[in-house]
Amino acid sequence: MPRHTPFHSRTNVLCESQSWVEWSGYLSAQMYEMDHIHEYNAIRLSAGLFDISPLYKYFIRGQDAVALMNRVITRDASKCRVDQVIYTAWCDDEGKIIDDGTVARLGEDFFRMTTATPTLYWLQDNAFGMDVEIEDVTDAYGAVALQGPMSRDILQQLTDADMSDLKYFHLLETKLAGAPVNVSRVGYTGDLGYEIFADPDHCEKIWDALMETGADYKMLPAGMISLDMARIEAGLLLLDADFHSASSSIFELEKTSPYELGLGWMVNQKKGHFVGQQALRHENARGPATCTVGLEVDVLALEKVFAQYSMPLQLPYQSWVDAIPVYSDADQRDHIGRATSGTWSPVMKKYVVIARVKPQYAKLGTRIYLEQTVEARRFAVPATVVKMPFFDPPRKRE
Amino acid sequence: MGNNDVIVIGAGHNSLVTAGYLAKAGRRVVVLEKRSVVGGFATSEEIFPGFKISPCADTAGYLSNEVKADLKLDSQVTIIPLDPIASSPEPDGSHLTIWRDTARTVKEIERFSAADAAKYPAFVEQMTKIAGVVGGLLKLTPIDLPSVGLTDLRAALGLAGPILKLGRKNINGLLRVLPMPVEDLLNEWFESDVLKGAIAANAVKDISWGPQEAGTAFTLLYNWALSDTGLFRSASLVKGGIGELTRAMAETARGFGAEIRTDVEVKSIQVDQGKVAGVTLANGENIQAGVVVSGASPRTTFLELLDARTLDASFVRHVRNIKYRGSASRIHFTLSGLPEFPALAGSETQGYLRGPIQIAPSIAYLQRAFDCTKYGRPSNAPYLDIVIPTVADPSLAPSGKHIMSVTVKYTPYALRDGNWGSKGEEIAKLVVDTITEYAPNFRALIIDQRMITPTDLEAVYDLPEGNTNHGEMTLDQFFHMRPIPGYARYRTPVEGMYICGSGCHPGGGVTGLPGRNAAREILKDAK
Repeated sequence: MPRHTPFHSRTNVLCESQSWVEWSGYLSAQMYEMDHIHEYNAIRLSAGLFDISPLYKYFIRGQDAVALMNRVITRDASKCRVDQVIYTAWCDDEGKIIDDGTVARLGEDFFRMTTATPTLYWLQDNAFGMDVEIEDVTDAYGAVALQGPMSRDILQQLTDADMSDLKYFHLLETKLAGAPVNVSRVGYTGDLGYEIFADPDHCEKIWDALMETGADYKMLPAGMISLDMARIEAGLLLLDADFHSASSSIFELEKTSPYELGLGWMVNQKKGHFVGQQALRHENARGPATCTVGLEVDVLALEKVFAQYSMPLQLPYQSWVDAIPVYSDADQRDHIGRATSGTWSPVMKKYVVIARVKPQYAKLGTRIYLEQTVEARRFAVPATVVKMPFFDPPRKRE
Repeated sequence: MGNNDVIVIGAGHNSLVTAGYLAKAGRRVVVLEKRSVVGGFATSEEIFPGFKISPCADTAGYLSNEVKADLKLDSQVTIIPLDPIASSPEPDGSHLTIWRDTARTVKEIERFSAADAAKYPAFVEQMTKIAGVVGGLLKLTPIDLPSVGLTDLRAALGLAGPILKLGRKNINGLLRVLPMPVEDLLNEWFESDVLKGAIAANAVKDISWGPQEAGTAFTLLYNWALSDTGLFRSASLVKGGIGELTRAMAETARGFGAEIRTDVEVKSIQVDQGKVAGVTLANGENIQAGVVVSGASPRTTFLELLDARTLDASFVRHVRNIKYRGSASRIHFTLSGLPEFPALAGSETQGYLRGPIQIAPSIAYLQRAFDCTKYGRPSNAPYLDIVIPTVADPSLAPSGKHIMSVTVKYTPYALRDGNWGSKGEEIAKLVVDTITEYAPNFRALIIDQRMITPTDLEAVYDLPEGNTNHGEMTLDQFFHMRPIPGYARYRTPVEGMYICGSGCHPGGGVTGLPGRNAAREILKDAK
């Protein structure tokens, strides 16, 4: 039986569609209305409010906190200043990715880690011989994400802190509607946005205040479907979609390295030992077996396929997550990889896809072919390798 | 000091064997020992003035013939083979004695069961065949599953002979027997509790399990494969004490040019960019070498000497999960005369006392002794393995005086109540009481006694949790899983860093085989 987040009394009433999914054991709204498009538009034009309480959250404290973080994650935790947040991956001993998430430095010797998968055991395992305290605070905090161009203005109405001072990937402690909160300027939409952590007892009050103030901005509560479209536009990877966790993979084939996922920039080989370092050093020298790329599907070519059946063009109105073959040739003879998620981007009017292909096909501008099924027949539809993020508005970091 | 090729940490028997082989191959070797004596687990020390006592190991009967020959130990030490190899006095005044000679043992068994006596020769024959295959495995570098190399296969070809000799029936027998409880194995052959107890005791002597636990048939075969008697236990002493053997190993290594330093404690192993660089001593001194070999336990080596924080998490987890769980104590007595065991009385008393004496009247007795240990309590009625080395080697004690060394089982390292500080005396009293039941004059003969508890074994001899084998000798910690899966080939995650102690394959006992196997792999890497 899935559990309720601290916002459930509010989200449950708002969720007209009663379309829920399970997320880490909690009920999570897919969409609030009977269709997701208003929520999507709110994210890109005003703001969307997401209940992200199910994220796993950990506190790491003690004089070896930096040492533990540096042993676990691939980036250099010592470079993360107090009140800063970093996005990072962490790997197993073979350099295969276990998960990605954010690490926030709340004090000199105090970090908060948010993850998609349970990570307590892994942290404890790595903390052998270290003076450090690890606490699972997943249930001790409710969390919402407020994402979209109006998010700063909405928040500013509710707090004394000057939100224009809060820089991208930084955090501050303040009060929201009188309740103490931790606000970090991060998100999963590639837009201007914030994540707000609060004591579960204050969550309803915070939700109500955000909804009330947000109403003036046409802010909407938003669910997982619109979030998934936004994250694909932002070129952000999803666990169990674009990659699998090495710790739950059964076959070697399912595992990937940060280099394969385009996250090589977060592997810091100069910071001293970390888990997977040696394997990653070798892989970097060798070059990764695959590369993650952004694809833009040739919509006119797809339209022609539909035209063969006298049908109008159909585009993925919702995002999809799947493993779809990618070929170098229109004859579908030379298989070069897989597409892992994709969506029609209403804001860009483009059909964008995240794919993992052999390195020689990763160059920008390369034309490759994506399998698309129309009327139960497979076609190879041309697509072009383009830069990710697909959607990257300056307001995200301004 | 930059003129060493190899640093060997510890001067236990395996370290000395590795040092000997490496020095013989022309490597400049320095051995660093924390204590003032070499030998590690195999020392002889004057715990009491005038008495040369072997505190931990006393039998030399497991030493591999190859090691003996390669390091020319035969010419330096005198091995005293013991016969009988074991006598079991019984509470009812009877006794069973096992001799090296099968026919002589058959006669002994006849007093208890004619059927068992008839089967004993076939039992010995079949177990010897199976043990032959196990013995072959012990000399090999374990394979690296699942990627078995060609050289591994070539080395394993030597096993083909013994396996083929087994015949189809016994090949199945081998696979069937290894995971069995020794009780089940013996029940298939014998009916006499006395005989089964006498044999089963040797399956559990070196592990913390009882004879009803799965895998104890394997430990019986392990002993069988290594023993000098061709039977389930070895029975040999070294003239002057087992310390003479390790002293000879040290002499051999020195003769090949190795330097052996005692009273030198290694504090940490230095690693630079994933490669070993040398060691740092407790006094702050640094010694450099491109190869470092540790004879210390896996726990000491990987979690204390190396910085565990620089090792892979899964590796550290595996190392932390190695089972030690020591449950044996040792107690040494100096005696003013020979104890008399009425059960062993008769014209041959002296002859019987030459060999080890087992207080293990039945499998049920052994299992009950073990049952206590499951709950952190020492046995109420302990299983004792007694050696009076001065019968065969009077030079160890002043004239007319004797030494009795006893292995006491089970005395768990992790006690449920209290700690070993106070428990030792209690156990010593229980041991004296138990022996006195079988040898009434024993108590009056005691001059001095010294108890060595599992915590003493840990503190003095680097035996984690008092486990005398640097890790339990269970099937799940054998061959390619010793000390941990993936690292059974004497190499470690640190380049140039090796392990050679009994925490490695094949394991415990003064066999010299882990040391020999490790040296072979180190030399292979240097090519």
